[in-house]
Amino acid sequence: MSPELINLIIQATGESLFMVSIAALLGTAFGLPIGVFLATSRKGELFAAPAVNAMLGIVVNATRSTPFIILVVAIIPFTRLVAGTSIGSTAAIVPLTIASTPFIARLVEAAIREVDAGLIETASSFGASPLQIVFKVLIPEALPGLLLALTLAVVSLLGYSAMVGAVGGGGLGDLGIRYGYQRFMPEMMLAVVVVLIALVQLVQSAGDYLARRVNRRLRHR
Amino acid sequence: MVRFEDISKVYPAYRGKPGVNALQGIDFAIPRGSITGVIGRSGAGKSSLVRLINGLEKPTTGRVIVDGRDISALAGHELRLAQRSIGMIFQHFNLLSSRTAAANIALPLEIAGWPKAEIRGRVAELLALVGIADKHDRYPSELSGGQKQRVGIARALATRPSVLLSDEATSALDPQTTRAILDLLANINRELGVTIVLITHEMSVVRQLAKEVVVLDSGRVVEKGHVADIFTHPKHPITQSFLAEVIGDSLPVSLASRLVQEPLASGHAVIRVQVRGAGAGNTLVARLARELGLDVSLLSARIDEIGGQHVGSLTLGIPGGESAATRALAFLSQHQISAERLGYVA
Repeated sequence: MSPELINLIIQATGESLFMVSIAALLGTAFGLPIGVFLATSRKGELFAAPAVNAMLGIVVNATRSTPFIILVVAIIPFTRLVAGTSIGSTAAIVPLTIASTPFIARLVEAAIREVDAGLIETASSFGASPLQIVFKVLIPEALPGLLLALTLAVVSLLGYSAMVGAVGGGGLGDLGIRYGYQRFMPEMMLAVVVVLIALVQLVQSAGDYLARRVNRRLRHR
Repeated sequence: MVRFEDISKVYPAYRGKPGVNALQGIDFAIPRGSITGVIGRSGAGKSSLVRLINGLEKPTTGRVIVDGRDISALAGHELRLAQRSIGMIFQHFNLLSSRTAAANIALPLEIAGWPKAEIRGRVAELLALVGIADKHDRYPSELSGGQKQRVGIARALATRPSVLLSDEATSALDPQTTRAILDLLANINRELGVTIVLITHEMSVVRQLAKEVVVLDSGRVVEKGHVADIFTHPKHPITQSFLAEVIGDSLPVSLASRLVQEPLASGHAVIRVQVRGAGAGNTLVARLARELGLDVSLLSARIDEIGGQHVGSLTLGIPGGESAATRALAFLSQHQISAERLGYVA
């Protein structure tokens, strides 16, 4: 493979990592509080607001059921408003964030719901406020689950990021489509797939390792 | 002091499930510094009752006064401040798996906003108090059940509460560990003067630890008083059934299967004697033998001490047919000892 092509792969990998990491960061920033709220706002729970919970649930489901490629195109005006442009890797972060936020929120909700309700009662019994319960009990206790959820979100984002080539987002997926498919360069296609596989393996292993490190539920040495 | 004033607690009907009257007409006081057992079958309302004390539940009607304050009327920050003077321990310990023993004990202090340096000193003190100073850096997954409950007790005592609530705290522990935990609670009550309210379905826990007992059935207090009084003269069938668990007044199987109701000329009459009160059973068999000249045989016996009083039952075999049995029963009733004829065995 020529050095030009290798440079293209390196550049595309950089674009993918940039889009995915910023989108994961923003998606977590929005998704974590939404997920915590979804997990604690049903009737009789810590921040009981069943109506808001139900409404938020509908919004989350609606966003999650929109195919990503349609979402990317549909929100182009919004993307232009936020990023100043609708083309390029920076612009692609907007739809990636919007797609990953509800996904992360649902994963966070599931992880938080795994925490034993008895611990919430215990913390309440010694006078913890709802926010103290969230930060001192729920999030630390759910941390292994939260790390695994985040790992899953990053892996999905890598997949999503392949689609933003449709709006000039760049990245590995875009490279694979343009060179590998449209220019019929199978070795390019193969190279892109190999890099993606390696990235996913890396992310998953790192996530698993961290989740195991913070998991004190099982004895480990 | 904890005082319940005409409490009722109703859980309203929800999603097709009918409403439940969890507690009705609860009106009694728990004296300061006492150890009070609340005993009842599951569903009797014990958990609801104990959760009224620390404001985790609100009564439907009535008031709960803790240390002169109506805790049922408090909410928000006021309630959270009041909850710091009421500690609670749980059947399943409810420790944070992500924190070490020391950090678990520190949690209520962090929540109360103690400075870090003071927390460190207090935690060391508490670990020593509950006898696990060497487990400072251990995670709950590395501790035994008894050690976990010791951490739970230390955590409950961290903010120096005046009341300690125990929600079936020994029900998940083996008998030996239960004994050690109950001893620890007794020490804490003696040394710190903390009022202890323990809810349990186990008579043995009340017997070992409590001085006062409240018997709960279907959301109502059916009996209450000193442990010794209640269990030497149980009135309510529920109390009697709890007592039966301790004194074991069921007949040995081999004996029960041979028991007949018709008097037999040869063989023994089977008489059960209830033992209640100081020294009641001590000389009974000897006196029957001496004063009535009967060769009394002891078929089964269980005598226990509850609050300094003997409580138990003896099953006696009296030879000599119906007349001897009648004489023995007359002798016992003359001495105000309650006894009944169960039948005869060959």
